Amino acid sequence: MVTANHLIWVPVLPFIAFVVNIFFGARFLKERAAWLSVATSTVACVIALPICWAVFRGAHFANDFTWLMLGTTPLKFGYLMDPLSATLLFMVTIVGTLIQVYATGYMHGDPRFSRFFAYVSLFMSAMLTLVISNNYLLFFMAWEIMGLCSYLLIGFYFEKDSAANASKKAFLTTRVGDIGFLLGFLTLFTAIGTLDFAQMNTLLAGHVGHTALNTGLLSMAALFIFCGTIGKSAQFPLHVWLPDAMEGPTPVSALIHAATMVAAGVFLVARSFSLFMLVPNVLPIVTAIGTITAFMAAFIALTQNDIKRVLAYSTISQLGYMVTAMGLSGLGAGTFHLITHAFFKALLFLGAGSVIHGTHVQDIREMGGLFKKMPHTAVTFIIASLALAGIPPLSGFWSKDEILLSAFGSGNYLVFGVLLLTAFMTAFYMFRLIFLTFFGQARNHDVHAHESPALMTLPLWCLAVGSVVIGIPGSPFMHHWFQKFMAEMVHYPEYEPSAVVMACSIAVAVLGITLAFVMYLKKTTWAPAVAKKFPSFYRLSFNKFYFDEFYVTYLIKPFHALGRLLFGFDANVVDGGVNGTASVTMFLSGVKQWIDTYIVDGFMNFLGTAVYFLNSVTKRFQTGVVQNYLLLAFLGFLVFIILELKLT
Amino acid sequence: MIAIPLQHILIFSLLLFAIGLYGALVRRNIIGILISIELMVNASNINLIAFSKYTSLSPETGQIFALFVIALAATAAAVGLAIVLALYRIRKTVQADEVHLLKW
Repeated sequence: MVTANHLIWVPVLPFIAFVVNIFFGARFLKERAAWLSVATSTVACVIALPICWAVFRGAHFANDFTWLMLGTTPLKFGYLMDPLSATLLFMVTIVGTLIQVYATGYMHGDPRFSRFFAYVSLFMSAMLTLVISNNYLLFFMAWEIMGLCSYLLIGFYFEKDSAANASKKAFLTTRVGDIGFLLGFLTLFTAIGTLDFAQMNTLLAGHVGHTALNTGLLSMAALFIFCGTIGKSAQFPLHVWLPDAMEGPTPVSALIHAATMVAAGVFLVARSFSLFMLVPNVLPIVTAIGTITAFMAAFIALTQNDIKRVLAYSTISQLGYMVTAMGLSGLGAGTFHLITHAFFKALLFLGAGSVIHGTHVQDIREMGGLFKKMPHTAVTFIIASLALAGIPPLSGFWSKDEILLSAFGSGNYLVFGVLLLTAFMTAFYMFRLIFLTFFGQARNHDVHAHESPALMTLPLWCLAVGSVVIGIPGSPFMHHWFQKFMAEMVHYPEYEPSAVVMACSIAVAVLGITLAFVMYLKKTTWAPAVAKKFPSFYRLSFNKFYFDEFYVTYLIKPFHALGRLLFGFDANVVDGGVNGTASVTMFLSGVKQWIDTYIVDGFMNFLGTAVYFLNSVTKRFQTGVVQNYLLLAFLGFLVFIILELKLT
Repeated sequence: MIAIPLQHILIFSLLLFAIGLYGALVRRNIIGILISIELMVNASNINLIAFSKYTSLSPETGQIFALFVIALAATAAAVGLAIVLALYRIRKTVQADEVHLLKW
């Protein structure tokens, strides 16, 4: 029987898999490494699901132990199972396990097969720790390990320069946000004296509207914590790493850069929700960042030709949606979209991986007409796209509708409009992708597509089912159970479902799909014509708003220049100082050597010579003939006698 | 009994000492030198006994002293002869001027 105390095994099991795989994988386990990872993940899932179920039914678990004492304040590590963590635990264990099963097929034959699964297991361990952690410090530790895994897995094909650079870029860019996060929770600790989530919630819940706490400090803490979200969830202006992160193996893109790790940023805001509710002046910033990100990324996705990059920008855009929801105080809506998005975006990435596996190309201009050759992949991909585009009754519709409702209900009509436009673009670019990939004529006849093995299509179908049904708990069919479930934890405003919002949402989705259908399947001349008609917009989108160029020109080059300057300083001034000291020492030593040789030694030699000279006189007395000695002694005696006689 | 004055005895011992010194300085044979040294030792012994007899309250002091000196002279002669013997074995000579091992 599984009890809440078994929860500790959920992160520990994948960690064991990591240790075993990293040390014994390459030599002993080889292809069996995958089964170890999948098995531990499955067992973690089996342990986690009943506990999640109990939480869904209203239970609440927490346990901790004192890790260390900060002065008189104990810092406790432990797990916290509340509605939020239970929801994420549910999603991460299921999606994670399915993606690992898929990866077993996808990575087959890779020379670093066992290392891949070691890293994935470490990642799973960190992600699960993060989800069930009960305080910011443990959360941050797991967060950083995830960053490390992300780095290692993006750079998994490190022989390629582009992959190595992408991993560096991802690590450094997220590091900017992570510093903010670290400062944020330290500021929070200064302000309220605890890092524990549950304690923070009770402490802050009692203070809404009061001025007993330093709101300035809390606002700063909230802003800094949000920096972590911007970095990890690839929000504007730190979104640039996520598209490049697609250099990693596709299951990694699905697991880390679509479903779980990037969602951790949103999860962080959800975890700190009571804090954000207390400082309402921070929320508009959150909303603005989220909305800008959602729109910008969707706009870029319109013109990208790499199948994984389109999905990457789509991920950024959807994360922007979630952040917007958080900014609009929509904890339920944001978390709901996080869960549904994890399922259908993981599915989309795995589908894209399946396409790449089958065709060995990534550029959608070289695909086309793959539907017949890869039916399982195509059908599941289309289901996921429909979910993402927001076609009822698939999951994406319900969650996106909730976010739109938050914007509409709170009276932010500008945000509502931008989100609606983003939804339209989302439908458009997803179906552009589908029509170019799976329909029409095969454009490159060197590509010989084949369906992927069952090991890969089975997880696709599982996730497809998930993408369809996971929206039900938040839909009117279950009376918005999920939103009420979330509201048990932290209270937040709820809005009555609006038929207008639903109608708009469906309308833009259908419009986007229809437009894509017309432009890329029926009137294929339209697309280049539109691009020619609006060249500035096209270039802006195609070149990703010139963000990378901007960063290269205004950040990286000045840093390089600064680096060269400092190197010059180091080489000339610091090294010069050291070398100068050495030269001066050498010179002084020369002087001392001269003094030693000619004055000290000279004096000693002079003494020696003088003694030798004197000796050459006196030694003549020592003849070796004893009778001479006796004679001398006698003469000396006589001298004494004579002196004695004279004196007296 | 005719008393011999102290001065006569002292002159006698002086002559004996001078003969010994002369021998020790000019004889080339080491054995001869040793014999000359014995002469000087005995001259000093005569002095000891003479002074003891004429000036001391207890004449035995000088006589005992003389006995010690004789014993010492004997041991010195023994050691000297041993050295001479060893020297002869190594250098095949007993001539003092032919041996100057202690030279600088």
